[in-house]
Order: sequence, then structure tokens, then C-alpha cells
Amino acid sequence: MGILEDFSGWLVFNILKMSQGEALAEALNFFIADTIKVFLLLAVMIFLVSIIRTFVTPQKVKKLLGGSKEGFGNLVAALLGVPTPFCSCSAVPLFIGFMEAGVPLGVTFSFLISCPLINEVALAMLLGLFGWKVAALYIGSGLVIAVAAGILIGRLGLEDEVEDFVKKIRSKKIEEKKLDWSQRLKFARLQTIEIVTKVGPYMVLGIALGAFIHGFVPIGFLADIAGPNNIFAVPVAVIIGIPLYSNAAGTIPIVQALMDKGMAIGTALAFMMSITGLSLPEMIILRKVLKPKLLAIFVLILAVSFIAVGLLFNALLA
Amino acid sequence: MKIEVLGSGCANCKRLEENARTACKELGLTTKIIKVQDFKKIASYGVMATPALVVDGEVKIYGRVPDVKEIKELLKG
Repeated sequence: MGILEDFSGWLVFNILKMSQGEALAEALNFFIADTIKVFLLLAVMIFLVSIIRTFVTPQKVKKLLGGSKEGFGNLVAALLGVPTPFCSCSAVPLFIGFMEAGVPLGVTFSFLISCPLINEVALAMLLGLFGWKVAALYIGSGLVIAVAAGILIGRLGLEDEVEDFVKKIRSKKIEEKKLDWSQRLKFARLQTIEIVTKVGPYMVLGIALGAFIHGFVPIGFLADIAGPNNIFAVPVAVIIGIPLYSNAAGTIPIVQALMDKGMAIGTALAFMMSITGLSLPEMIILRKVLKPKLLAIFVLILAVSFIAVGLLFNALLA
Repeated sequence: MKIEVLGSGCANCKRLEENARTACKELGLTTKIIKVQDFKKIASYGVMATPALVVDGEVKIYGRVPDVKEIKELLKG
């Protein structure tokens, strides 16, 4: 047990004089320890990623990926997608900018997939609540999916399924200002405050619900429906995950609690990937630049990949 | 002077618009702030991350929400 668990245990059992083993006390104990831990990790992670972010700007990424080759280009795109800022409203200008710079369609998709799927908030939550092994599984399979799905989309020859206006846009060049270290640190500090205040409430709510599940739902409760032996659990989890985008910070603690009650690891991974990687608002926005066929192929490939990851890890690790 | 706020209307774009309005007010400027929500126009400015602040056709800030103080300095300069 670490210092945080000791502290929260001391608070709950010594100061509040609650008795060990009691459901409410156990729930409160979980809640306090997890909240402090995840908040700290979240702040550190966002700060570090924000500093990287001042070096890896969309403009630079675009230049780097223009005319890149299949395979290596997809890998670089997937890796660069991790620290790049992503808000689903930026997806369209980003897509147009990439197309204009001559970034191949498949490489663009590798970037578009990894960008929301692997982000600093999800990473901090995974590290804090699941530990580094699950976080590594998540990042590893996320990168593989981004690269493979991008290569596949590139091979399908779907360039005509991009809305026609995209190819006609000629944009101005933006001069990038050179930042010094004090500006980079200021940017990172402001970003940290902004993102932590934005996702904080969802996260606390999620951890509270998770703690409640920890304390009150019997162990093994989900073993039958969401355990490794139910083959339908993974696809159902992926479908449920699609509309849950905005609550990624709130959902991960709940998933962790559900895993404790018998949800299999693969099912949990597929569920979290679907929450972060596939979202309804993002699809609606991408429809502006993608014709329905390409959008449908994109969603289908991702959904199938998440299901495959889920089934694979259920089979390997259960 | 022409001030444009580029963005599809998400929370960040609204905050940028608000900050720009406050900055104008504090500087005593009566300039109208134009909202640009059309993606074609946004992309033609070369902006790849929204929201963005454009002053007299020049992209000043993109991909983040500057505070009132920073916008005031931009408008003065």
C-alpha cells in the first residue's frame, strides 16, 4: 500500500472512526485515495504533454507527413497523434490541411484515429486506476489499430469518397512564432488548469460511482454477463461506448470498478477504446469532409478492431 | 479594424469570442466581432486547430483560448 492509501485509510478509519469492512467505509476509502492519485497524475501528465505540444504543432506534423509512404508514414502519424491537441471541432480543418499538404489518405486516417484514442486524460486515468500494464496494453493496441486501419483505408483507394470541395481549398500559410521556454511553460500551466477543471467534475463523479460499486456490488456480480466466456459482451460494450464520448474521464473509473466485479480485461479495453476513439459528435463533424461511404467504412473498421482487441485479450489473459 | 473568431461553435470558440469582446470593451473599441463557422473559410486561413483569432485578415492565435490581457496586447500592437 502506498502513502495515499495509508492516508485515506487513516482518514476514514481513525478520524471518521468508521469500521473496517463496512461497505460505506470501504467505498469512502477508495474514493479518497483514487481521487487524490488521479488528480495528481492528471495534472503531471497534462503538463508534460502540453510542453511536448508546443513542439509538435499541427503545422509541423502536416509538413512532416506530406508525401509520406505507407507503413512508416502511418506509424509516424499514429505516434504524432498522441501529443497533438484534439477537440472534435478541429477534426475538419485538420483533415483539410492534411489533404492539401499531400498527406496520403491512409496516413491521415492513422493520425485521425490515434489522436482522440490515445490522449493524456485517458492515459492518466488508466495509469492511476489500472496501473502501467493495462495502460501499456491500451497504448500498444491503440497504436497497432491506428497504423493497421490507416494502411487498410489507404489500400482501399477511397480518395474519391472525400467531399469534392476539400480538394479545391487553397489556404494561406501561417507564420509560426518561435516560443521560448517561459512561453512553453506558461502554455503548459494554462492548459493543465483548463483541462483539469474541465474533466475534473466528471472524474470525481466517475470515481464516486466507481467507489460505490466497489463498496456495494458483490464481487463476481458481472462474471457471467461480462466475463471472458460471454462472447457477446465485447461487441455490446463497443456499441454502448460509441455515444459515451464526452464522459471519458468519468467512465474509466466506472470501468475499473466493473472489472473488479468480474468484467473481463479485453471487454474493458474494448469498451474504453470505443468511448474515446469513436464518438457521435466526431462522426457528425467528419461527415462534412467524408462522403457517407468512407465515413461508414471508417466507423466499421474501428468498431471491428476494438472488438478484435477485446476478444484477443479476453482469450489471452483470462 | 476587423476581428474574426474562427470555430465551429464549441465551448472553446465561445470563450474566445467572449474574451475578445471583453478586450474590445476594455480598450474602448467598437469593432464588431465576426464569427466564422464555415469550415471552408476556416481552412482557407490555414488554421488546423480551432478556435482561432484573426485580426485584419491575419491569423494571430490558433488552437487555444487566449486570455483578455493577451488579446488586448494583440489589438493594441
